[in-house]
Amino acid sequence: MKSYLLPEFEVERKEEKCIRCQVCVRQCAFGTHRYDEELDMIFSDVARCVGCQRCVVFCPTNALSVRPNPSAYKPNYIWTDERIGDLTKQAETGGVILTGGGNDKPYRVYFDHLVLNASQVTNPSIDPLREPMELRTFLGCKPDALALESWSESGDVEIRTAMPPNVMIETPILFTAMSYGAISYQAFKSLAIAASEYGTLFNTGEGGFPKELRAKYGRNAIVQCASGRFGVDAEYLNCAAVVEIKIGQGAKPGIGGHLPGEKVSCSIAETRMIPEGTDALSPAPQHDIYSIEDLSTLIYALKEATNYEKPVSVKIAAVHNSAAIASGMVRAGADIIALDGLRGGTGAAPKIIRDNVGIPIELAIASVDQRLREEGIRNRCSIIAAGGIRCSADVIKAIALGADAVYIGTAALVAMGCTLCQKCYTGKCNWGICTQDPYLAKRINPDIASRRLVNLLRGWSLEMKEMLGGMGINAIESLRGNRDHLRGVGLQEWELEVLGVKGAGE
Amino acid sequence: MKTGEEVNEMEIDASKLTHKELNDAIRNCMLEGAERIILRKVYGQRYIGTRLYSPNPDNRVEIEIFGTPGNDLGAFLNGHRIIVHGNAQDGVGNTMDDGEIMVEGRAGDIVGMSMRGGKIFIRDSVGYRAAMHMKGYSGKKPVLVIGGTAQDFLGEYMAGGIVILLGLGNVSHKANFIGTGMHGGVIYIRGEVKKYQLGKEVGVVKLEDKDEEILEKYVREFTNYFDLGISQKEILSEEFIKLLPVSKRPYGRVYAY
Repeated sequence: MKSYLLPEFEVERKEEKCIRCQVCVRQCAFGTHRYDEELDMIFSDVARCVGCQRCVVFCPTNALSVRPNPSAYKPNYIWTDERIGDLTKQAETGGVILTGGGNDKPYRVYFDHLVLNASQVTNPSIDPLREPMELRTFLGCKPDALALESWSESGDVEIRTAMPPNVMIETPILFTAMSYGAISYQAFKSLAIAASEYGTLFNTGEGGFPKELRAKYGRNAIVQCASGRFGVDAEYLNCAAVVEIKIGQGAKPGIGGHLPGEKVSCSIAETRMIPEGTDALSPAPQHDIYSIEDLSTLIYALKEATNYEKPVSVKIAAVHNSAAIASGMVRAGADIIALDGLRGGTGAAPKIIRDNVGIPIELAIASVDQRLREEGIRNRCSIIAAGGIRCSADVIKAIALGADAVYIGTAALVAMGCTLCQKCYTGKCNWGICTQDPYLAKRINPDIASRRLVNLLRGWSLEMKEMLGGMGINAIESLRGNRDHLRGVGLQEWELEVLGVKGAGE
Repeated sequence: MKTGEEVNEMEIDASKLTHKELNDAIRNCMLEGAERIILRKVYGQRYIGTRLYSPNPDNRVEIEIFGTPGNDLGAFLNGHRIIVHGNAQDGVGNTMDDGEIMVEGRAGDIVGMSMRGGKIFIRDSVGYRAAMHMKGYSGKKPVLVIGGTAQDFLGEYMAGGIVILLGLGNVSHKANFIGTGMHGGVIYIRGEVKKYQLGKEVGVVKLEDKDEEILEKYVREFTNYFDLGISQKEILSEEFIKLLPVSKRPYGRVYAY
């Protein structure tokens, strides 16, 4: 069938600059560029271009540029080019439209309508370059009260309360769940190295944890137990710092996942514990969890399996009644609650779900934190917020709204080279991140990619210290849920109420 | 806790213990070198066998249960052996990795959910979604043998392993949606199953010689474990049907790339 799809991009090649080195041909897994030996020319099939800019960056003579196709349908507010493109694609295939990355629709980004406070005159700001500033965070359940015993002779104080297991991280930024299978081995390993170097955690997602990485990176790993139970056994659970039950994901709340059979290579098959070439199907629900009581059963099964030595996290997509669900999760025994918002990314999800289901993370953090405080159980869990954290200010604002820490996914991938072309589901990632093709995957060198990730963590952490210092705060803990440090700009009353912040100037 | 005549056998009275206390005690027994642990008066305690992870493959115990164990019996089981003299509840062998579970009675829902190794033998019938998402890979091939029948969604999403449903005691199979979403593994059923009872991702195929061998092997084990009043030969003399997934990729054509 002749495709009526309009190419998304235009490729311009400056012939006078092009030296026919064919780097562009080799770099593009989508087959955009083709060298014709007879004519000694390179031709570009724009219909194949995904706009990832790999060829542009790697062209040694800067001969290439890739930009959105200037050809467009008659401008129409309702029937946009994207809508027409999707309709065309479905008319030609009859399938569910897949996409990757996070929701890119213009929903209000509340972070951009919140401003931070700073000390002026009445209280001093702190210079983080000269004074100690603590970003260290402990994840896990905290006791309701501490029973202390002091030894008057030595002056030492002994804590008599049994402490539930907590995990210490040096900065409140963790790498979110991205499975080996969704991302390449090299990208997966880069995240592991960076997390262990910086003293934070990465999340294996539900694709298992390659055995050879466990001894070295296990103590910086959050391992997931999701509906597919891929790669989950007692050793997997016990090698990690935290065990996470995945109920939902911000990019696709309420639905399961399918890792297509062609991505299930030998090594993926072994790590996931499934036969090679079969679809790795993650059912939509966990079939042993149909209620809060059932969730509690699995939480305690995991605590039993790990001898009560590790915090158990439960990750949900932020949805309408997250606050009530979160309350149930804490009462069910969750030590950490991970909330993944509307803008959370994915390796593959139906576009219609990604773009229409869930609520923005800012509102979810505020309402969950508020609810748990009202019920007097906020201390029993840590909250990790995820879904569209783009910069250190987003982290600070998320924490001021009530989170303990954040998960970053897209931001980490960008640090490794991702350009958000959203073609993760094709498995042809030219940047070597979201692919299982060995030729493409080796484009990521874990030593270099992990350095880029560590740099990102360092840069954000320094910025966060500056912002904290400006507010006159010297420990991130004093900011948690401290909404007095936030003011809303351009928000309606109901939004301010849900966020629990005043309007600017109030 | 008292030590039995042989040094390696220990006994626990579970009647006054919570699940955590009981599992603490079982773990202690294992760490003290018990090879056989007998649990008396078990009344619904969960996760029996779950807290026995040991990287040492020689550290394996046999647990004998008198009473009724609670949900998630042998969840994540790491190579141990559990015998239940009575019925079991939901989640027997949930995500179990290796070992054996024998239940001299019936079991509840999701028996063998996501198990990827070891064997489960249930003398009587089981509840819904048994063998849900059971999987196998390389050397691992989980086996679930059910003496009676199962309820709906038997073998849903199944990706590997062997399920044998014996239909003993003249039960008739009433389950619907058998093998829905199945994309690996095999289900053998003795007794009549109508076409409408099957999920659309499975097909009925003829038994081959190697199927006979598989059935012979596991039915023999089954008849050895339980006092059934029927011999292996008698069980095997009746016809079995074999269910296989139609595709390794049941949902490959759902998406537009």
